[in-house]
Amino acid sequence: MPTHPAPLPRVRPAGTPPAAGGLLSQVPDSLGRFGAFGGRYVPETLSAALDQLQAAYDDARADPAFAAELNDLLSAFVGRPTPLLFAKRLTEYAGGAQIYLKREDLSHTGAHKINNTLGQGLLALRMGKRRIIAETGAGQHGVATATACARFGLDCVVYMGSEDVRRQAPNVRSMKLMGAEVRPVESGSKTLRDAINEAMRDWMGSVETTHYIIGSVVGPHPFPRITRDFQAVIGRETLAACHRQLGRSPDIVVACVGGGSNAAGMFYPLVDEPGVRLVGVEAGGRSTKAGDHAASLSYGQPGILHGSLSYVLQDLDGQTADVHSVSAGLDYPGVGPEHAYWHDTGRVEYTSVTDAEALAAFDLVARREGILPALETSHALAWAVQEAARRPASEILVVCLSGRGDKDAAEIARLRGMGLPDAV
Amino acid sequence: MKTEDGPLEGPLGKLFADLKREGRKALAPFVTAGDPNCEKTLEVLEALDRAGASLCELGVPYSDPIADGAVIQSSYTRALAAGFTLEKLFDLVRRASARVKMPILAMVSYSIIYRRGIDRFVADAKACGMAGLVVPDLPLEESDQLDQACRTAGLALVRLVTPTTPPARAEEIARRSTGFLYCVSVAGVTGARTDLPAGLLERIEWLRTKTDVPILVGFGISTPEQVKAVAAVADGAIVGSALVRHLEGFSAPQHAAPAAQGTLLKNLEETVGRLAAATG
Ligand SMILES: Cc1ncc(COP(=O)(O)O)c(C=O)c1O
Repeated sequence: MPTHPAPLPRVRPAGTPPAAGGLLSQVPDSLGRFGAFGGRYVPETLSAALDQLQAAYDDARADPAFAAELNDLLSAFVGRPTPLLFAKRLTEYAGGAQIYLKREDLSHTGAHKINNTLGQGLLALRMGKRRIIAETGAGQHGVATATACARFGLDCVVYMGSEDVRRQAPNVRSMKLMGAEVRPVESGSKTLRDAINEAMRDWMGSVETTHYIIGSVVGPHPFPRITRDFQAVIGRETLAACHRQLGRSPDIVVACVGGGSNAAGMFYPLVDEPGVRLVGVEAGGRSTKAGDHAASLSYGQPGILHGSLSYVLQDLDGQTADVHSVSAGLDYPGVGPEHAYWHDTGRVEYTSVTDAEALAAFDLVARREGILPALETSHALAWAVQEAARRPASEILVVCLSGRGDKDAAEIARLRGMGLPDAV
Repeated sequence: MKTEDGPLEGPLGKLFADLKREGRKALAPFVTAGDPNCEKTLEVLEALDRAGASLCELGVPYSDPIADGAVIQSSYTRALAAGFTLEKLFDLVRRASARVKMPILAMVSYSIIYRRGIDRFVADAKACGMAGLVVPDLPLEESDQLDQACRTAGLALVRLVTPTTPPARAEEIARRSTGFLYCVSVAGVTGARTDLPAGLLERIEWLRTKTDVPILVGFGISTPEQVKAVAAVADGAIVGSALVRHLEGFSAPQHAAPAAQGTLLKNLEETVGRLAAATG
């Protein structure tokens, strides 16, 4: 695989507004465009299924029974609303802005991914599709998909890179226990990107009976929009809780960005709120050298991957570059097109945090708050603690605590040469 | 219904007019560029031409080909690992165009075209002598810019219809296709299959009533019998994975000797010869 050459000059695709003008929430358009980004670059075989999905989604949105059923599930099955917790000892440690944690880790299955899989599972039922496929990196989306399928009585196949099968073993077990078939993917880098390729190939041959529940705000239109909408409950609840508990909107909201679904769900209800600073944290990996990180917005170029135009890490010929992150859920060379739009309009800041900084934040939050955060989330936490230290105590900083880190405990121990933690 | 600019222009227009006059159908082999390297691909293209291929679809290796099955994926992976680049592709086609009479089209992901820049890619493709582009991941809705660039340059932009394409959309795709229309035999990825899908021949016959553009059928076609069955109703057949499988041998250590390489090439030529003979 050719590696990415030296950083390239940025080319802004025509049609991207230079700065935030009107309402940023009024996207995508009917072709799935977020400014210049998004769209639908897929084989013709999938076009009809994507049209069908769009129609089913439009239909569902107009049907109060759909919202009622999803809301019941989000409350009684997922446990929503998730709390907004003041992180007292983390705030003391940082010595600046007040840090609050939006507890997506308390959702059933331990991450935000379930918000999307229940919504899309219901759409599959409406379309009469009884077989579900999904890709997963960290395994959280795989578990959330297996869970929704068990709940709805649907067949479930999850594609997972074999490297991720290894480093996220606890989630593989959970998926199997709930009756899903986990298919390890041996091609390419054996991680999230390859799992998406395999899921898409499966879908090419099964599209008439199968729905593909993509796990983030990536992929061809209408996936980025549908996933964002199902995740937007995070931002809506956060805003409501801030007003209820604190009497005002937050000053800074931060989330980690892999494909970008927890961040999109958190940011979307806030993009039209002036004065709220939004920050997405990508995986900085080992270094800023090509191949050593997975920070598409920080170091990538506009390009097409997995069906949409967004920022991508690729070489001059358009071949996808190798990427690295300690966290399987952020180990992806692309990012959702709406983030590309927010990036180019300047509405959201994107930055990155290294493997080492994320691991340190994991320890810090474990010891000072009694919460094991997912390694993905630890990236957002690392930036949050650094930034809180630079901000006055009057400011409110909310971190999307996208998931729990039990799945990472063994891998963290391995990375530190500690062997497996003692059995309890 | 006619295509917008008429299907019978350029090298492909001439090819299909000649075939029609001679009462023959097209055989379009698909091979990967750069597997195991572009020098060998040049020899392969000459062999296909000698064997009676009507045109060649040259697969441009891509890191994430979601429409391809295992055989073509591994071929792309080998080519990329061996250092394939677009510069090498254009150079290969430039040299091949001088030596073979069959038109050469590139089967190329839109990710690659977009990254190079649409106008620049089309200009490079035209300059090296390519007859057209097949872009498997570019649906109608996203294709205006490339369509315009190809029309201006005089390159064919071959569109694909699949079993999942609704009838009205299939007509629109046929109308916008230049060079020929690629009728994908199955809903699925590339790869040899033992039987032609049910309903395929009827689907081709229906398309035939809707368009004048030549119809070539591909995906899953591997044997002379399948080529014959398809050529009876369509204007030709595309054979991919069954030939790409031959390329793998070129990089196998046990075939490293020049004599072994020659045998592999001869086998490939004979296979293509049998497929070409089946087009009648
Ligand atoms: C807990 C958690 N957070 C974040 C992510 C990254 O995905 P996204 O950027 O779509 O939220 C994952 C993905 O697996 C995850 O499991």
